[in-house]
Amino acid sequence: MSFEDWFREDRLPHIYCTGCGNGTVINCTLEAVEQMGWTVDDTVFISGIGCSSRAPGYIKTDSLHTTHGRALAFATGVKLANPRLHVVVFTGDGDLAAIGGNHFIHACRRNIDLTVVCMNNMIYGMTGGQGSPCTPVGAISTTTPYGAAEPVFDLSELAVTAGANYVARWTSYHVRELTKAVQAGLETPGFSFIEALTQCPTAYGRRNKLRQVSDMVQYLRTSVILVQKIQRMRERGEPVPEDKIPVGEFVRRNRPAMGVQK
Amino acid sequence: MMEIMEGSHAVAEAVKRCRPEVVSAYPITPQTHIVERLAEFVADGEMESDYLTVDSEFSALSACVGASAAGSRVYSSTSSQGLILMAEVCFNASGMRLPIVMSIANRALGAPLSIWNDQQDSIAMRDSGWFQLYAEDVQELVDYHFLSYRVAEDHNILLPGFVCFDGFILSHTYEPVDIPDQETVDAYLPVFDPYQKLDANDPISMGMYATPDYYMEFRYELDRAMERAAGAIEDAGRAFGEHFGREYGSLVEAYRMDDADTALVAMGSICGTVKDAVDEMRDAGRKVGLLKLRSFRPFPQAEVARALDGVAAVAVLDKNISPGMAMKGAVGLEVRDALWKTGIDVYSYVIGLGGRDVRKKDIAAVADLAESGRGDMFYGLREELI
Repeated sequence: MSFEDWFREDRLPHIYCTGCGNGTVINCTLEAVEQMGWTVDDTVFISGIGCSSRAPGYIKTDSLHTTHGRALAFATGVKLANPRLHVVVFTGDGDLAAIGGNHFIHACRRNIDLTVVCMNNMIYGMTGGQGSPCTPVGAISTTTPYGAAEPVFDLSELAVTAGANYVARWTSYHVRELTKAVQAGLETPGFSFIEALTQCPTAYGRRNKLRQVSDMVQYLRTSVILVQKIQRMRERGEPVPEDKIPVGEFVRRNRPAMGVQK
Repeated sequence: MMEIMEGSHAVAEAVKRCRPEVVSAYPITPQTHIVERLAEFVADGEMESDYLTVDSEFSALSACVGASAAGSRVYSSTSSQGLILMAEVCFNASGMRLPIVMSIANRALGAPLSIWNDQQDSIAMRDSGWFQLYAEDVQELVDYHFLSYRVAEDHNILLPGFVCFDGFILSHTYEPVDIPDQETVDAYLPVFDPYQKLDANDPISMGMYATPDYYMEFRYELDRAMERAAGAIEDAGRAFGEHFGREYGSLVEAYRMDDADTALVAMGSICGTVKDAVDEMRDAGRKVGLLKLRSFRPFPQAEVARALDGVAAVAVLDKNISPGMAMKGAVGLEVRDALWKTGIDVYSYVIGLGGRDVRKKDIAAVADLAESGRGDMFYGLREELI
């Protein structure tokens, strides 16, 4: 198998804007799936609505492009009907954290054997840039023209607290780390959640003084701090910068899981 | 003053002048431009409203129900999947008799996913107890918002209502439109005077459990209110003429129907195309006219029967499909019911689903089919795909 075996080149050109980070996340995910030795016949990609959710359309496996926020409910049905299938869900911050928030916490709680890759671009990209539950405080969107005022959801922390067996966060800049994290998620029985902060130059960057694609990638690179570094700083009694987003592996555990093939 | 304006932005200007105290909505194409503009108005202090960026359409309408029950004029807008997700709350809002007004940018329902126009979304909510007006152009769209609040909040009505308009065709195109000044709107649409509201000093309960001894009467009263709404819309439409100089005194509009043998019946923006097609057919000597429906709920049964009296054949253009129903289109069924026992042939043509273009020649072809006695069918299918 190689990359071409997964990618539906007949669907080109794709819908993603120039400089979008979603392609990177899809590539990392397919690379991880490839590393697992899975095939197009035993892998299913499921998605809801939004830019992230167009991803399964570009992949040669069976896929379900479902309703907004409900991918996890559909995916739960697929996994329980046929536990031999490897089920991967593509979602975004609007899809997962807003309209699908309830499905998210209950999928974590049940610890159903799925891997969720969330492209968190901090905005509703497909509808043109409205504020989402992950739009940073102060960031401009079309529904927060003078800056978002509501606190954001920490999706990874939510997944840890709700019971997922594997949780990690990286960005579209951290290609190798992200790929390894997805692979670790695929390997871990139970619910795996990989949050990938991605750049949306069209709907987010151009309104938030990150006009160039490279500005947005640089923003992602410099906004994060490794969980190991946070740990070291705490051990040394140093103050941990509150404006940085922790990245790395947050949990890898073995809670009882649903849908794991014996 | 006449301005050239995008349909969605014209709606936002209209809603601003309706002075809702709470606006709650969720992004969905092709509705989003309306609430984006409203968010700007609120942020810039041009509107004294609370604007809620909620987590789903379900929450959007739920917040409206709460705010309306607490005594506020509220507004939301949505499309397609968003409306269907609101379905449960829609039935609640009408059952609680809350006068919420919501704009529906009509869009097809998935699966398969489509962002393009037809009227399946609002027509699927036919029985939800909301009145439904359909705008032909941006001017009607603007005007129906003032009219809808006036009707909804009438203490003899107390029903929520949809202002429906074709997604993209009206939402994303620019037209000359008269945006009335605030004083004129205020004179037509008084400050919201809730019939009842949640009040700690005088507590009431809404939406409580009704046993079989009581439930049916609630539904009966809802139906009676919808019947009264027909007259209330006409009254509000006539008063509209006195205030704004544009009259909507009837739930239907007849176009070149005098002496017509064949009548086309339609709702929404397609009526503009139909009027042009009718003109061409009239020029060619054919006796064809259009009956435009402004209201689908309440359905103007008597007006339809009166307007279509004497025609030989009726062709209803249905931008929806009711799978498994012999007639196919939901509007067609209503028109056939209105003409029951008259002997007039009524046919439905499912047309323009999922954004498929409807051209003047298609309208003429439908008229041909009706005159030849063929109907209750899909029109314009790509045979090679079937």
